Amino acid sequence: MRVRRLAAWTALPLAVTLGLAACGSGGDGGSGSNGSGAVSIQIAEPQHLVPTNTTETSGSQVISGLFAPLVDYDAQNKPVEVAAESVTSSDNTVWTIKLKDGFTFHNGEKVTSDDYINAWNYGAYAPNGQGASYFFDKIAGYQDLQGEKPKAKTLSGLKKLDDLSFQVTLSAPYTDFKTMLGYNAFYPLPEAAFSAPGVLKDSYEQAPIGQGPFKMKGNWQHDSKIEVERYDAYPLEKPKVKDIEFRIYQQLTAAYADVLADNLDVLPTIPTENLSTAPTDLGDRYQTSPMSSFQFLAFPTFDKDYSNPDVRKAISMAIDRDEITKSIFKNSQQPARSFVSPILPGYRDNTTGDAGQFNPAAAKSLYQAANGPSKITISYNGDGGHKDWVDATCNQLKANLGVDCVGAAEPKFSDLLNKVEKKQPVGLFRMGWVMDYPSMEDYLGPLYSTNGSSNYYGYSNPEFDKLVKEGAAAPSQEEAIKKYQQAEDILAKDMPVIPLRFGQNVFGHSTKVQNVEMDASQRVNLVKIEAAS
Amino acid sequence: MFRFILRRLLQMVLAFFGTTLIVYALMFAGQTDPIQALAGERPVTAAQRAYLTEKYHLDQTGVGGFFYRYFDYVRSLLQGDLGQSLTGRQIGDILQQAWPVTVKLALIALAVAVVFGVTSGVIAGIRRAGIFDNSTLVLTLLVLGIPTIVLAPLAQYFLGVKWQLFPPTAGAEPSFYALLLPGIVLGSLSLATALRLTRTSVAENLRADYVRTARSKGLVKRRIVSVHVLRNSLIPVVTFLGVELGNLMSGAIITEGVFNIPGVGFNLFRGIRTEDGPLVVGFVSVLVVVYLISNLLVDVLYAVLDPRIRYE
Repeated sequence: MRVRRLAAWTALPLAVTLGLAACGSGGDGGSGSNGSGAVSIQIAEPQHLVPTNTTETSGSQVISGLFAPLVDYDAQNKPVEVAAESVTSSDNTVWTIKLKDGFTFHNGEKVTSDDYINAWNYGAYAPNGQGASYFFDKIAGYQDLQGEKPKAKTLSGLKKLDDLSFQVTLSAPYTDFKTMLGYNAFYPLPEAAFSAPGVLKDSYEQAPIGQGPFKMKGNWQHDSKIEVERYDAYPLEKPKVKDIEFRIYQQLTAAYADVLADNLDVLPTIPTENLSTAPTDLGDRYQTSPMSSFQFLAFPTFDKDYSNPDVRKAISMAIDRDEITKSIFKNSQQPARSFVSPILPGYRDNTTGDAGQFNPAAAKSLYQAANGPSKITISYNGDGGHKDWVDATCNQLKANLGVDCVGAAEPKFSDLLNKVEKKQPVGLFRMGWVMDYPSMEDYLGPLYSTNGSSNYYGYSNPEFDKLVKEGAAAPSQEEAIKKYQQAEDILAKDMPVIPLRFGQNVFGHSTKVQNVEMDASQRVNLVKIEAAS
Repeated sequence: MFRFILRRLLQMVLAFFGTTLIVYALMFAGQTDPIQALAGERPVTAAQRAYLTEKYHLDQTGVGGFFYRYFDYVRSLLQGDLGQSLTGRQIGDILQQAWPVTVKLALIALAVAVVFGVTSGVIAGIRRAGIFDNSTLVLTLLVLGIPTIVLAPLAQYFLGVKWQLFPPTAGAEPSFYALLLPGIVLGSLSLATALRLTRTSVAENLRADYVRTARSKGLVKRRIVSVHVLRNSLIPVVTFLGVELGNLMSGAIITEGVFNIPGVGFNLFRGIRTEDGPLVVGFVSVLVVVYLISNLLVDVLYAVLDPRIRYE
């Protein structure tokens, strides 16, 4: 009797193992699915796939395949038409957008100007809570769509001319409007996306219908993958591969292991842990390309310790950027000596002038003459891998200025911003910026103008604000750039932030693909990529 | 026995609500700015902030706000609605997706621990101070000394990338084979502990009076070991494994990350990082139920293993 009970008990784990084996036999494929010709690209779980709600790289990568933008950027990051036939304006306020004929949505609907107008109205309407809504704030009537109970449901600045053209009226002239149209918030939405005018179907996001070179294959499989296939009715350059699988990873290191084992085809960002070994691991499959990110240290200009520009310049001169990018970032980033990214039209090298050059002796005498504080704190968010370079920077300041310097970690970036907004003493703090579209204004406006959305450091210079405004309203892009450059010269004098590093895409791919290109917004070019022969 | 199980089940209901309250309170207290946490380093527009604040009642703060939000949560929980995560996904759906793969992983790990741990433990216990005993002692010390955060990437690099014996990552719908490596890594720690526990227990029982009696009345050695000694030695091991099942499921954060398995550990980690209260509470509640049930199972198994134990 006892023996039998014991036997029943030992049978339990056995049964469990057998049951497991049975579960396992169903899910085949997954890792070995590359054989079918699908190219796999690493992404993180996107937050959203509705164009006007997509603001992070993973979502943007996926919808860049599902949609074609009105304009894209050439090698110099100047706008070129894609889905648009032309984007014109005589006064930079009233813009006429003509669409190319022949575009259809993946469900067969013909793309018309209504699809753009409806999508933009949806994006701008505040109660819809769309993350990229602020892109529409330059269009006339945007304010009427804000607040809890908006006055209007549609933008007064959007007017349909005919099926293939529409007119956009801005609330103020903006020279870079055409450049702005390359951002994914300006994609159209098909009629099938809406259940009623202005109401998006809940199910749309699970399988977005676009007018781009790829269409969805099944639904978005959360935390797992998103599969797309070539859309044969796409009128422009056809993709070289038939299927793409966007595979969702939680950790870049796992994806890196998969690339090494030829289990994943493209890894858009090589994890920091593997930067030192990646060039030898991958050989010529390890690649870099320009990217828009910009890392800098901001001064709390409201704090009297740092209100003197000479103190700020002295600190900048005491930092050896080249050494830090080399020893800590293994040259995966580049030292920065300007206030805007080098990929932009209008970028000039070394706009910080002397203040950007490493010169410990001059730094020390300037610092002492300006009576800089004897203790410097550099605050950073502890969850972003910033400790190493902040500590290195601090050590340089200690050695070169003879001051005490500590790095202070806040748990998260939001904690850091909260403290800064309450004007608590955080000392210097780290910030980063990635552009939305390649225009100098996209750096100067949000980062340094008085009401800039990311100007957390309280920098304000009326002269600078005026120049940026004039630039935005200039009759041509060339003249706009001139104004922006004058504005940048003011920054060099005031030094509200210390530019440290410009980022680049550091990516790798498997032996199964070739022609992997990445754009300045960290997206893989899905049309150019092809299977290795 | 029946009354005992019923009473335990009723206690579970209380424990369940108690934990949701505590976990909800902890998440609430730790919450600073979930909207910014969700957006990362990007600035959040006022419209977006207003929309999310209203949707998730984030403006309800302080003690009153806590109870308002907690009772709101419990009310929808009783209707079977676990709520939405901050990214707008139904938490019920996330749970449904995450649990099967974690359960599979945990059971593989447990099976590894039971099959290899208990078997080797018995052998080591019988041949105490032999070569097998000494070598397993060293091996288990080694495994216990290496944290998973080192062991998992090492196993992945050598077995997955270098020698390509296993797929380096498992993914969301893994085959049994793809889960084997993460399962072994995850189970290795429990394996080592189970081995040591069994070994000590068996070695001790072999010297017990009843074994001497059994031997002197002429029972064959195999019967003594497999029926008398093993059964009495398993009680501490079963206790350990029962608790370990819960640990394996909740504690797989590192293993799931390294092998890219979007299970419970990963979702908990994500929820905590983005201050996503409802997501964390949902997952922890299910984990609590797992712990409670596995403990109940252990208690019932005691009665099977030791007839002197009776539940009334």
